[in-house]
Amino acid sequence: MRTRKRLLAPLLAAVAVLAMLVVASGCGGSSTDSASAGEEGGGKLTLVAYSTPEEAYKELIPAFNKTPEGNGVGFSQSYAASGEQSRAVEGGLPADVVEFSLEPDITRLVDAGLVEKDWNQNEYKGMVTDSVVVFMVRKGNPKNIKTWDDLVTGDVEVLEPNPFTSGGAKWNIMAAYGAQLEQGKSPEEATQYLAELFKNVPVLDKSARESLQTFSSGKGDVLLGYENEAILAQQKGEELDYIVPDQTLLIENPIAVVNEAKDPNLAQSFVDFLYTPEAQEIFVSKGYRPVVEGTAGADKFPKPPGLFDITKFGGWDRVNSEFFDPEKGTVAEIFQSQGKSTESG
Amino acid sequence: MSYLSIVALIPLAAVVVKSLDNGADSFWNAISSPQAVAALKLTLIASVVVVVINAIAGTLVAWVLVRDDFPGKGIVNSLIDLPFALPTIVAGLTLLAFYGPDSPVGVNVAYTRVSVAMALLFVTLPFVVRAVQPVLLELDREMEQAAESLGASRITVFRRIILPNLAPAIIAGAGLAFARAIGEFGSLVLITGNLPFKTEAASYFIFSRVESDDPAGAAAVSVVLLVVALVVLLAFGWLSKKALRHEE
Repeated sequence: MRTRKRLLAPLLAAVAVLAMLVVASGCGGSSTDSASAGEEGGGKLTLVAYSTPEEAYKELIPAFNKTPEGNGVGFSQSYAASGEQSRAVEGGLPADVVEFSLEPDITRLVDAGLVEKDWNQNEYKGMVTDSVVVFMVRKGNPKNIKTWDDLVTGDVEVLEPNPFTSGGAKWNIMAAYGAQLEQGKSPEEATQYLAELFKNVPVLDKSARESLQTFSSGKGDVLLGYENEAILAQQKGEELDYIVPDQTLLIENPIAVVNEAKDPNLAQSFVDFLYTPEAQEIFVSKGYRPVVEGTAGADKFPKPPGLFDITKFGGWDRVNSEFFDPEKGTVAEIFQSQGKSTESG
Repeated sequence: MSYLSIVALIPLAAVVVKSLDNGADSFWNAISSPQAVAALKLTLIASVVVVVINAIAGTLVAWVLVRDDFPGKGIVNSLIDLPFALPTIVAGLTLLAFYGPDSPVGVNVAYTRVSVAMALLFVTLPFVVRAVQPVLLELDREMEQAAESLGASRITVFRRIILPNLAPAIIAGAGLAFARAIGEFGSLVLITGNLPFKTEAASYFIFSRVESDDPAGAAAVSVVLLVVALVVLLAFGWLSKKALRHEE
């Protein structure tokens, strides 16, 4: 009897843990090994990427395996936040192909000597997919959000990941800033707009994925994010609509072959495959805008009249030092001035 | 000793070295920036509050588990350790589901400073309970009975007999809980909102420095936490010893 009781308690405890894990399922990174047709010795590739394209690669890799170059190639895949992945590869995580959500994460590897300097010299400047910054709103858009100005009115709560922890969040902020310039405002007025915007941000999540989680838990009226994430969320049954504002930023996701790849030719042939119409169509089906012109299905994406890209601000190096330096950047200064007022208030 | 070095001392020393990468000036700048100071203040105050609450509540829980008998006691006893086993990010998620905007119990403290304390209470609960429990089990009940037979009230027995016996364990448990609380990260990330100057804890601030490619700044603030933890653990160790001597 006593032994039975002793066994029962840990068992129930284990059940309780499992129950809690079920509550939490669907968060965090993942990594998978697939040696689908590895028997024939067709080589192996390690793909290290940011989180969102995982859904696309579930279809892209089998499609690659059907091509002559990809026949029998096994894949080891790892998906997590872009900055973490980039730092992991810099620190020695073996990788053959890397795909990140923004260019500075590749630049870090160029500086570390792991990616060739000419990685962005192809026809597509090293980018494999595009997207735009959009407003995700509650189903039916109850607060009638349409323009950037609607985000800075008094009673709207805007969710936006922390730009100092989420590289991807920088896209949203530069979209907000650039949209002001597009509307003819001065840089000072655009900075002022950012300050107004952050007053309406009640939560600064660590990553875009956590922001989406916060939004689905019922917090906030608008979530700033990428069009492809909005589409993917809808495909997964999330109750939300999204609005493509008239002025917005073109998001470009870079891909590169790591120069320590065991089989650089194989790695390159996989990257080349991702630019084929078939692969680009798979990306489109997961919500990305294609980089290759004439890809089927590309016309479903609205073309905002005021679309600009990161070169509007002189490129990422300049953006990072001007806006996102943790001490002196514009955004850091906005946080500091608002922090002082919240502390005294 | 060499085991200690490999597992703990060398990595800790490396953090200190890293924090001085850019010289003493930038070390000072990193830890004295208003945002860093606000984050450190929040973490330290929240940790003190949480440790006080858990020192009292944890002792009560241990008391009930040792002295009372009720159906399902074995299960409750095992449940105490769950906050250790649960990945803290999951703890954060669970707390958010319970005390967030969609709370089934109607309590919404998410994204406020209260949420910082809630998360820390959860992850530090086991420390005091587990430190006090064995001492309570060993505690000689005859001492209490003797005191009672000599006419001491229950309060006097608790104050003069039980508390002095438990004090070293409570203090030791509280020290561990405090050290754990100031470094806690995972459970805070989701539920606090991480607003600088408002709900941004030191650990999150450190993380944001890492993500902004400022590892030296991150290490500098970590060193502050390490020093605080060291001082507190030494002080609590000394207190705990003093309490032991008092008992003899």
